[in-house]
Amino acid sequence: MKLSALQQSYTNRRSNSFRAAGGLDSSVDGSGKSPAAVFWLVLHGLCCLISLVLGFRFSRLVFFLFFSTASNGGTSGLYPSTPFLGTTADIAGSLSFQANSSPNLELPPNRTAGGISSSRVVVGRHGIRIRPWPHPNPDEVMKAHRIIERVQREQKLQFGIKNPRTVIVVTPTYVRTFQTLHLTGLMHSLMNVPYDLIWIVVEAGGTTNETASLLAKSGLRTIHIGFDKRMPNSWEDRHRLEAQMRLRALRIVREEKLDGIVMFGDDSNMHSMELFDEIQKVTWIGAVSVGILAHSGNTDELSSVVHKKAEEENLPPPVQGPACNSSEKLVGWHIFNSLPYVGNGATYIDDRATVLPRKLEWSGFVLNSRLLWKEAEDRPEWVKDLDKLDGVSEEIESPLSLLKDPSMVEPLGSCGRKVLLWWLRVEARTDSKFPARWIIDPPLEVTVPAKRTPWPDAPPELPSNVKEISIQEHTEKRHAKSRASRSKHSSRSKRKHESRTVDPQVSAKVSEE
Amino acid sequence: MEFWRWVFCVLLLIASSLRVGAEQLRRGQRTERISGSAGDVLEDNPVGRLKVFVYELPSKYNKKILQKDPRCLTHMFAAEIFMHRFLLSSPVRTLNPEEADWFYTPVYTTCDLTPNGLPLPFKSPRMMRSAIQLISSNWPYWNRTEGADHFFVVPHDFGACFHYQEEKAIERGILHLLQRATLVQTFGQRNHVCLKEGSITIPPYAPPQKMQSHLIPPDTPRSIFVYFRGLFYDVGNDPEGGYYARGARAAVWENFKDNPLFDISTEHPMTYYEDMQRAVFCLCPLGWAPWSPRLVEGVIFGCIPVIIADDIVLPFADAIPWEEIGVFVAEEDVPNLDTILTSIPPEVILRKQRLLANPSMKQAMLFPQPAQPGDAFHQILNGLARKLPHDRNIYLKPGEKILNWTAGPVGDLKPW
Repeated sequence: MKLSALQQSYTNRRSNSFRAAGGLDSSVDGSGKSPAAVFWLVLHGLCCLISLVLGFRFSRLVFFLFFSTASNGGTSGLYPSTPFLGTTADIAGSLSFQANSSPNLELPPNRTAGGISSSRVVVGRHGIRIRPWPHPNPDEVMKAHRIIERVQREQKLQFGIKNPRTVIVVTPTYVRTFQTLHLTGLMHSLMNVPYDLIWIVVEAGGTTNETASLLAKSGLRTIHIGFDKRMPNSWEDRHRLEAQMRLRALRIVREEKLDGIVMFGDDSNMHSMELFDEIQKVTWIGAVSVGILAHSGNTDELSSVVHKKAEEENLPPPVQGPACNSSEKLVGWHIFNSLPYVGNGATYIDDRATVLPRKLEWSGFVLNSRLLWKEAEDRPEWVKDLDKLDGVSEEIESPLSLLKDPSMVEPLGSCGRKVLLWWLRVEARTDSKFPARWIIDPPLEVTVPAKRTPWPDAPPELPSNVKEISIQEHTEKRHAKSRASRSKHSSRSKRKHESRTVDPQVSAKVSEE
Repeated sequence: MEFWRWVFCVLLLIASSLRVGAEQLRRGQRTERISGSAGDVLEDNPVGRLKVFVYELPSKYNKKILQKDPRCLTHMFAAEIFMHRFLLSSPVRTLNPEEADWFYTPVYTTCDLTPNGLPLPFKSPRMMRSAIQLISSNWPYWNRTEGADHFFVVPHDFGACFHYQEEKAIERGILHLLQRATLVQTFGQRNHVCLKEGSITIPPYAPPQKMQSHLIPPDTPRSIFVYFRGLFYDVGNDPEGGYYARGARAAVWENFKDNPLFDISTEHPMTYYEDMQRAVFCLCPLGWAPWSPRLVEGVIFGCIPVIIADDIVLPFADAIPWEEIGVFVAEEDVPNLDTILTSIPPEVILRKQRLLANPSMKQAMLFPQPAQPGDAFHQILNGLARKLPHDRNIYLKPGEKILNWTAGPVGDLKPW
C-alpha cells in the first residue's frame, strides 16, 4: 500500500510545491512562495545544517523534551524511542525533501486531521511507546501457559478420542545393566500418555528392589509381579521366556477383570505418542507396524558383506506389520526378512552379531482386554480361551496364537502405513557389572587428579602399592565398560577405535595377572 | 373429548419446542450463534428483498483494465471485480431499471498497478467522474436522486478519498460526486473524513482456495500464544518509525521481541497459514490504513484476532458482534499487551473460539467463486437490503440540483 520513496518524490515533484512540515493545516500547499513559506524553508535548512553538524536527527530529541507532556502519548513511565543509531540514514533522510520525514519541530502532532475535530486519532508522527522493563514477566508467562493448556484440553475434548479407554501395558523385564536405561525411557513415554494407564511389569527372577524403586518414580498405577525363572542367556530362550511372562500378565488381566486395551510395551522399544491415540480405535484385536532397527554388533567384515548384499538386493524397509490391499483390508503380514542374516544372527546376548527380531513381534499387537475375560458377553467366537493355552506345551510365538481366525485382526495406523513404534535390542553382557540402583557408594577414589585450581599441582603422594591396586581396579572397570560400549548401537568408529586400543593393553594386563 | 385433544396438541407443541432447544444446545456446544446489533442476520437470504440494476459501461471501465493487468484478480482489492461478476449472474439482478432498488456501476478504480503490484490511485477520481458523467447522461436514474440509490465498491486504502497517504486522503476527502451514494469499502474508522455515514464496510479480498488448501487437522494443538508476521518498521517510507501504524507496530516489536509467548517476526514463511491455525491469538495491528487481511485470515483459521487500531470500524459491524469475537486493544495500551491477553479468563477465550468456529462467520468473510450462500457478497446485499426502503426525500424535485460538478481538486476535472 505505501509506495517507495521514489514514487513519493515523483508525486512531490508533480504537486509542484514545497511541502511544509507535516503540512496539515499549513496552507502553503499549492500557493506561491509567501513569506511564511520562505521562513519555513530557512528554518528547515537551518535544522538540516544542525543535524549535519551534530550527526543525528536532533529534532526528535527536542520534540521529546518540549512536547512529550503535551503529546497524546506522554503518560508517565513511558518514553518514545529516540534512535541515536543509524545516523547516516537520518542525515540522508533529513537532507532530502521526502515529505513525511521532515523535522516537525514546528508541528506538535496535536492538530487534528482535516476539519473533523471530534476524532481522537491523529495523523502524524507518534512516539513509539516502550514500557520501562520491556521483558517477559514470569507470572504472565505462566498464566499464558495455563491458557494454552486449557485451550488444548478443549481441542482434545472436541476433536480427539471420545470415551478413551484405559491402556494396560504389559512389560517383561529383568535386572541388568541396561534395565534402567530402557525402563526409564518406557516410563517417560507412559507418563506422557494422556489416558488412564495400568502398567503390569513382570520381572524374571522375582521382584527386586531395583525395579520397584524405578517404578515408584513413575507415579503410574503399576502391578509388579515376579516370575520364578531367571532370564536365560540365549536369545531363543529369552524370547520364549518373555512370551510366558506376557501370558502371565494376561492371566492377571483376566483375574482382575481389568478393562481397557492391552498393549505389549517391551522395555527396549521406542513408542511414539501417536501410538496410544491410534490404539484407542481397536475393537477386538489390532496390529500396528513396527519399525525394525536391526543393527550389527560391530563393523566386522562379515556384517559389512551382509549389508552390501542387502543394499544390492533392494530389500524392502524393515517394517513388521499388517499388509493391506487397496481396499484397506488385511491380506497378510510384513515380516522381517532374516535371510541375509542367516547364520550371522546373534545367539547369545553379547554376541558381536546382528540381533534379530522374531517373525512377528508381540509389541505390534493390541488386544481388547475383554478378549481375555472368562465370560464376556460379546466376545467373538474366533478367540480361544486363555485357559486353554498354557504356553509350555505349545509355542506361543505371537498373539495370533490366541485366535482361531487370524484374519479378524484390524490393521491400525492407516492400514499399517504409519510406523508407530520401533524395535531395537541393545543389551550389555550378561555378567557386566553395574552399581546397584546406579548409586555409587562408597564414592570412587581419585585416580587422576584434575590439573586446574583449586587442586594442587602435585598429586597427593599415595603409597606405591595402593596406587598399583587402584590402577588395576580402574582398568577392570574400564574393561567391563568397553565391552558394553562395543555392543552399543551407535557404530561410531572413534569409540570402536578406542575400545580396540584399550583392548590389547587390557588383554596384556589380564595375561599378566 | 375436545378438551383432551387441545391438551394433547399443547403438549406436543411444548415437546417439539424443547427438542428444538435441546438441539440448539447440542449444536451450540462447539459453535455459537452470532447475533449482532442487526440480529441474527448472517444467514439471511437477500434474494427477493432487493433488486439491483447493473449499468452497462463500455469495457474501457472494466474489462479492458482487467485485461491490461490480470494481477487485479488476486490482490486484496479484488472485491470490486468479483462483486461485478457476482451481480451479473445473481438472482437479485434485474434488467428492468424501473423496478430496481439499487444501481451498481462497474468501474474498476483500483486496477492501475505499479510493477510491484500496488495500485496507484491518481487516475481513480477521474475514472469515477467519467463513469458518473456517462451514467448521468445516458440514463435518467442518476439525476433522479443524484446518486442516492446508487452504490459503488471502492476497496482502496482510504475508500473514496482515493489516496494511499492518509494526510493527502483527508485533504481530498470523499469524491464530491459520491457524497450521496452508498459506498462499499474496506476502510472504516470512526469520525474520519473518508468514512461516510451509511457506508458498508467489507473485508478485504483473501483468496479462498488458497486458504482452504492450507488447512491442517483441527486436533493439532494450538501451541503458539500470540502470532504475527509482517513489518514493524516500514523502512522504505518511514525508517524511524512513528508514522507507520502510528508507532503501534514498532511498539509491539520493541516491547515483545524477546518474549517467548509472542511469535512475531518479519519473515515470510511458507507455513504462514498453518502457523495461524496453531496460534491462540493473532495480532491485527493497523498499518498505513487501519484494516488488514489478517482479520480475515484469523477468522478463517480460528485464531482470535487482536485488533490494535483505534476507532476502527470492522466489516459488517452491524451484523457481526466483533467485541465478542475479537480482542480490542487501544494503541496506547500496546506495552501492556501481554498483561491484557493473559488476564482474559479461559472461558471467555473458549467462547470466542466457539464463535469463530461458526461456519457462517467464516463464510461471511470470504468471496468465493462461485458465490455461496452466506458469503461476503450476500452480506453486502443484506446490508443494502437493510437500508431499504429508500426515504422519500432522496428523489429530487425536477430542476433541483445538490451536487456541484466542479468541486474538488483541479486535477480531477480533466477527462479520463
